[in-house]
Amino acid sequence: MSSELIHRLHFAFTITFHYLFPQLTMGLGLLIVVLKSVALKTNSELWDRAARFWGRIFAINFVFGVVTGIPMEFEFGTNWARFSQISGGVIGQPLAMEGVFSFFLESAFLGLFLYGEKRISKRMHWFSAVMVFVGSWISGFFIIVTDAWMQHPVAFDRLPNGQFEVLSFWQLLLNPWALLQYAHNMTGAVVTGSFVMSAVGAFYLLEKRREDYGRIFLKVGVITGVIASCVIIFPTGDLHGKYVARNQPAAMAGMEGLFKTETGAGMVLIGQPNEETGEIDNPIVVNDLLSYLIYGTTKAEVKGLDQFPQDQRPTALPLLFYAYHIMAGLGTWFVLLMVVAAFLLWTGRLYEARWALWALLLSFPLPYIANTAGWMTAELGRQPWLIYGLMRTSEGYSSTVSASNGLFTLLGFMGLYALLGLLFTVLIYREIDRGPGPRVLAVELIPAD
Amino acid sequence: MGFIWFWLVAVMIVGYVVLDGFDLGVGVLHLFLVRTEAERKATLGSIGPVWDGNEVWLLAGGGTLYFAFPLLYASAFSGFYLPLMIVLWLLILRGVSLELRNHVDVGVWRSLLDGVFGLSSGLLTIFFGAALANVLRGVPLQADGYFFLPLWTNWQPGVHPGILDWYTAIGGLVALVALTMHGALWLTIKTSSELGRRANRIVTPLWLLLAALTVVSLVATIVVRPASLDNYFNYPVTFAVPVGVVAALAGVWFLNRSPGRPQPVKAFLCSCLYLFFMLAGACWGLYPTLLPATTGADRDITLSRALSGPHTLAVGLAWWIFGMALAVGYVVFVYSKFRGKVDLTPGRH
Repeated sequence: MSSELIHRLHFAFTITFHYLFPQLTMGLGLLIVVLKSVALKTNSELWDRAARFWGRIFAINFVFGVVTGIPMEFEFGTNWARFSQISGGVIGQPLAMEGVFSFFLESAFLGLFLYGEKRISKRMHWFSAVMVFVGSWISGFFIIVTDAWMQHPVAFDRLPNGQFEVLSFWQLLLNPWALLQYAHNMTGAVVTGSFVMSAVGAFYLLEKRREDYGRIFLKVGVITGVIASCVIIFPTGDLHGKYVARNQPAAMAGMEGLFKTETGAGMVLIGQPNEETGEIDNPIVVNDLLSYLIYGTTKAEVKGLDQFPQDQRPTALPLLFYAYHIMAGLGTWFVLLMVVAAFLLWTGRLYEARWALWALLLSFPLPYIANTAGWMTAELGRQPWLIYGLMRTSEGYSSTVSASNGLFTLLGFMGLYALLGLLFTVLIYREIDRGPGPRVLAVELIPAD
Repeated sequence: MGFIWFWLVAVMIVGYVVLDGFDLGVGVLHLFLVRTEAERKATLGSIGPVWDGNEVWLLAGGGTLYFAFPLLYASAFSGFYLPLMIVLWLLILRGVSLELRNHVDVGVWRSLLDGVFGLSSGLLTIFFGAALANVLRGVPLQADGYFFLPLWTNWQPGVHPGILDWYTAIGGLVALVALTMHGALWLTIKTSSELGRRANRIVTPLWLLLAALTVVSLVATIVVRPASLDNYFNYPVTFAVPVGVVAALAGVWFLNRSPGRPQPVKAFLCSCLYLFFMLAGACWGLYPTLLPATTGADRDITLSRALSGPHTLAVGLAWWIFGMALAVGYVVFVYSKFRGKVDLTPGRH
């Protein structure tokens, strides 16, 4: 078995599992600030309890995010040593900055938010919630900067020994790719947060218990959800897509399954890319749409895969194509669902519309799938490059770590993460089952009202 | 520039050991020291708000090492692949078991999580101590700067040692005992009544063990890598560091036992100083080598060989100073908010 494949799977598996947690905490961080702000402004115990409930959900997710996040920094060294040796001077910086600027802030204020409510004023508690939100969003930014540099390297120089070094702090952080990807990705996190909050609200209303909280969750979740679902397509997704098309045309051709260069290229809504024949099997195509979306005119030429030599095309074409189409398709569903839900909320019918509540409840896993598929699109689209145009993936993995050692630890992670996933599900189930509001436990460290 | 970054990374490591050290120690101790659920709650409550922040020093230090010395990061992390993966698994188990025990209210599950927390804490201290000893002893570097170590071979340090040999095992024990004592001193400060007194009493046997192990480990280091003494003989004034180790140890003993008027905060600070001097002494014994080669000194990973480019380091220094000043501010802020003893009265938290 090839070492390259094992090391790729190792990173892909651990990062995919990891990102299930931060996408919720980053989205929830914002929503908890909303809840706390209303609570502070209206002096409402109900909204305060709602915030505390989501604080507990946040805390569980945060712990899982932290413990599955530590391996990510390590794996740059353990599994991708040659890549780290060459590029550490650049990408080590945002990773270290994440620790220094974000994690210290986040951990300090989360400790205060969860453990210190009795020791600090209401305003200070609100401020802690804001700082936790800020910390988690700064953390996301540095990770995006790291990935963006691999997608679109800027502000670098090469030393005689082949290593990259940073020339400008601000150019590294203000990499246009990073800014676009950040806007798109963070909106994605808010989509996850708002869908989860709406789903819990819908669950309580369908169950006919804790309905006062259910209505709060639905109101906050649906209003945020409809905004985020629109923003993720336009402008963030639109701008990001155009930037990819201009800077990684091979990736865009792969995502769209465009085998041949076309003037007035159509957009494939559904189909199966066939690498052998170089065609899409059973396609449904909207004529001229792709040219229009990328270049603003139906007549523009879009480069197909035929423009690129075989060794510069994305290596896992069907996977890239499906990942991208799943993301885009789910994004469309999010807008439809949330616009309808927001309309029902506006007209005061949402809380009784059981079919809409069911749809909201059942849709909560979909943003997780869409976020994961979006990241797969970004990372598979970059292939065969590790640093776009500069270093191939085959040149970056640790050559001293054999495939079987890598497989051993990959299996170890799979087993451990299966256990974690089970534990997580049980804990979240119990928190939702108990719900917000008063409860008495014999021993409780995190405030339980 | 190399000198500065060597010591900045060292500072991050010291920060990690001093801070996460006491919560690792508390993790080990709570298995033996605690009698009731209320006491366990107080024990874990004393580290609950801060352990995660303490662990950030590991990540921030790792990141700093990564961009300042990319070759070292790449070589050491891939070479210590297996033990590092075990460390990761232990860190995962530890964090999850500590945080989630409060979400579980069934006795047996809770005890299981407590056991996992204690065991993983203890194993982590041993791994960290052994890791440092591996760096001091050296590893079989190839000409390209890479290596791969098995978990153990014949338990002898030599040209082709394993992660564990008799020398690194001593390193692991030193860390286990030192951090357990560090944790006991922390508990003496943070808890009151019977529990605090028990924590205070256990310091004495731990101290005696640690004093003996410290001497053994210093002698063993000189035997395994005689070059460790070169810097000290070239700059005799630096013998102040081992003197500092002894003074800090003595300080722990007297401040903790001073009859009638024990001064637990000062004793804890002396324990911090002990850890600082031990690590600083080890770093100084290495400097300017970062990772010695058992396969010949010409293969050592040295400061000049591993250092990043000048632009990277200049950019890094600017934000690092600013960022760490902020970070220290947060740390001080949190510790001051949670200062004083943990409340044992039920219902107050």
